[in-house]
Amino acid sequence: MSNTQTAPIKVGLFVTCLADMFRPEVAFATVRLLEQAGCEVEVPAAQTCCGQPAFNSGDNHSSCSIARQTIEAFEGYRYVVGPSGSCIGMLHHYPELFADDDPWKARAEDLRSRAFEITSFLVDQLNFSGIQSGFSGRVTYHDSCSGLRELGIKQQPRQLLSEINGAELTEMQEAETCCGFGGTFCVKYPDISNRMVGNKTEFAVSSGAGTLVGGDLGCLLNMAGKLKREGHAMQVRHIVELLADMTQTPAIGESDFDLAKAL
Amino acid sequence: MSSRAEIFANIRRGLGRTEASESQRETVRQRLQTHPRNSIPARGQQEPEAQVELFIRMAREAAAEVIPLADMTQLPQAVADTLEAKGQHELVMARDDTLTQLGWAGVHERLHCHQRTGQVGDEASLTLAFAGIAETGTLMLYSRPDSPTTLNFLPDTHLVVLQRKDIVGVYEDAWDRLRQLSPGRLPRTVNLITGPSRSADIEQKLQMGAHGPRQLVIYLIG
Amino acid sequence: MQIKSPEFKQSARIALQDVNLQKALGNLKAGFPGKRAAAVARLPEFDRLRDEARDLKNHILEHLDLYLEQFEARVVENGGQVHWCRTSEDARQTILQICREQNAKTVTKGKSMVTEEINLNEYLEANGVRPVETDLGEYILQLRGDHPSHIIAPAIHLNLEDVSEAFHEHHKRPKLNDPAELMAEAREMLRKQFVAADVGITGANFLVAETGSTIIVTNEGNGDLTQTLPKTHIVVSSIEKVVPTLEDMTLFLRLLARSATGQEFSVYNTLSSGNRRPDDQDGPENFHVVLVDNGRSDMVGTQFQDMLRCIRCSACMNHCPVYGAVGGHSYGWVYPGPMGSVLTPQMIGIEQAALLPNASTACGKCEEVCPVRIPLPKLMRHWREKEFERHLTPRAVRWGLGSWAFLATRPKLYRLFSACASRFMRLLGSKKGRISSLPLASGWTDHRDMPVPTGKTFMQQWHARQQQETKS
Repeated sequence: MSNTQTAPIKVGLFVTCLADMFRPEVAFATVRLLEQAGCEVEVPAAQTCCGQPAFNSGDNHSSCSIARQTIEAFEGYRYVVGPSGSCIGMLHHYPELFADDDPWKARAEDLRSRAFEITSFLVDQLNFSGIQSGFSGRVTYHDSCSGLRELGIKQQPRQLLSEINGAELTEMQEAETCCGFGGTFCVKYPDISNRMVGNKTEFAVSSGAGTLVGGDLGCLLNMAGKLKREGHAMQVRHIVELLADMTQTPAIGESDFDLAKAL
Repeated sequence: MSSRAEIFANIRRGLGRTEASESQRETVRQRLQTHPRNSIPARGQQEPEAQVELFIRMAREAAAEVIPLADMTQLPQAVADTLEAKGQHELVMARDDTLTQLGWAGVHERLHCHQRTGQVGDEASLTLAFAGIAETGTLMLYSRPDSPTTLNFLPDTHLVVLQRKDIVGVYEDAWDRLRQLSPGRLPRTVNLITGPSRSADIEQKLQMGAHGPRQLVIYLIG
Repeated sequence: MQIKSPEFKQSARIALQDVNLQKALGNLKAGFPGKRAAAVARLPEFDRLRDEARDLKNHILEHLDLYLEQFEARVVENGGQVHWCRTSEDARQTILQICREQNAKTVTKGKSMVTEEINLNEYLEANGVRPVETDLGEYILQLRGDHPSHIIAPAIHLNLEDVSEAFHEHHKRPKLNDPAELMAEAREMLRKQFVAADVGITGANFLVAETGSTIIVTNEGNGDLTQTLPKTHIVVSSIEKVVPTLEDMTLFLRLLARSATGQEFSVYNTLSSGNRRPDDQDGPENFHVVLVDNGRSDMVGTQFQDMLRCIRCSACMNHCPVYGAVGGHSYGWVYPGPMGSVLTPQMIGIEQAALLPNASTACGKCEEVCPVRIPLPKLMRHWREKEFERHLTPRAVRWGLGSWAFLATRPKLYRLFSACASRFMRLLGSKKGRISSLPLASGWTDHRDMPVPTGKTFMQQWHARQQQETKS
């Protein structure tokens, strides 16, 4: 038997706390995509949160503790991949937390070089074009801020969506404008956050798409919550759900109840 | 400690040093003396013909009127025509010989000419431009006894004479010329003027004629 | 002006409900961003110029003392005077002193944010000198007893009716409703003031060390009349505005108008190099440059140094979704938006300004459009670090963060917690898939539903699957 197959790439999955708690299917979809792309996926047990809440609140001490734990948990994996631009963006911030002469800095830089958001990983690193999805419908894509401005994620999700035969992408106005989630911002400045998400849902609905898609659960939970409160039928999903053909379960903020109603 | 000494001490402390090193002083000296150029936009590096075209286009885009004339002898008639169309007959002009020596007598019935500083109530003024910068359709003028700055700002209509040969591509070319004209010390006031005065301070609606001239007319000679 | 930054949340709430303000902000959002984008598209070199501008500013800051020395020497050679002012109070007193020496009754003013910063107008008035704002927007605000809400379009929060009322009341003329007529009336009224002024005060966009010049950038021409007609011209500028040469000034000018209003170049860019020359028919006899520190030299060498690159273009606030929702007055002091959120704590102290650097989602749009690439979100985060270090963060927030960090660094405990929390939320809202009201998270649920976890946590499910696979 000739061994023409390349060895599978060892990937550590960064689950993200929001996927873990609120929408595990996002993490499962990510695993499926990575396996389709020829990766061997492991889920290091010692991961919890990327540390954004502490970092963005100026709590460097806690950020460092969480960073060290995360760095250690993911050492030994060729790649670290997660379904979130903001979480992977946070991993990219880890080197800033350590002084130049601190050995953790080099380890953080090493993690940074191996950490990718899922769509960027599939397109930029693996040149993957094997999306197989039966999803069908008009979608519009929200560009989450960290992914867009820290990691350069813009064209990759759109490229992957274009491989879904049944999906029709229609861009919304101000796709790149912040949805108002901002981690703790949405509870610290609820009035302003509400205005921002209200603007965003207006643009999303006006696009005429049936599904709002994005790459960050924080944004998606925020926008889905607002759409539901406003009584819109528009559905919200994480892009990996479409790409991995896992849209048979209820959309974000919906239940089997809604699913039954829709059928 | 004086304010000055405190400020300097603070800056130096922030920079992690006391006095600057000789090499730092040399760097500063060099930069000030050689005034190197930073990146120049390509649009300002075209052939002279194209530069003139660009200047005219950009100046008009900025709402200046551009009137080409073959030579200076045509200026008095052109000016009289311009002002008559606006119902204006009073003109204050700069004292430059190239202006004053023209045939103003020939239009004296249509136009009363004065040579002084600008005053509130002046209808129109006429001055020479030192250079035109094609990059943005900008005029460079400078203050001198013959051409007081108030002529550029107080009258309602500002008429400016610009020679084609004085159109340069970019501001940097104009600075070089200015340094040659006035080595070691700049004129008191150098004006870069791009179109007539305007403001959008009332409900973001753009209006011409805030405090400076309501209209800018450029006679392009050559 | 009174500091109202601690009231940011209340001010923001009011601003969000203010129909007129929201309309004005809508105009801003419909105008500036698109115009900037168009101007950027027309200049292929734009991004390269931004890199050069950032590097040049960094170079200037490394040699700030040297360039300031050279600037001062040239100004003096040109017959001008340079005054160094460490604090706002120093600057106010210095300017008043110059006005007194001239027996000034009335002074005209070109637009200058630094004079707002040092609270100059109030001080002059209290000391018998009447300042008259000549920039149309500032003039309108002065008539109304109001303050700028934007650093280049100061009256952007006002509508036509506001202007109409103000002119009618103060000019004692019939009420006008047409913008062109209103501007014409302002032109007429202010011309008398320009001529009558004893002293003209302007700001400076840049100070040029090579030639000892100051430059003002306007579209109206008011700054020019302010500085040319009176006997004395006072330039008030902060210390970090010095640039080495005319060529260097040009680099920044190429970025300034495009970043601000989307114009290729502002109408009037005027370079002043000292006082009237022999035989000049007009121009000021006295030329003073008042250099203001007010906390800037303290920023050199600190993690906030990058903020000193700012060229006051306003691109950051024009693109900020928070500024776009609540307007400039909500920030409660002189400088609004992202740049204001970094500068205000520096100048009035983090104790009073803490809400400002927190009122951001760190979306990064400001940094994306900043012509000198200031990392504004990072600088805001540094203020949050300072706030946290000094225990100024609200106790509830600190406690919440502390609890979260405690759990997050103990994976096994975290799993337990997340499994319980997931279960709890599912119990509350599993039928509909969402919760409409969550007591501890009313900030969220007041305005939106909370999607509910779809099942057990991923880690629970993954662990179960792994166990199953091991068995089979």
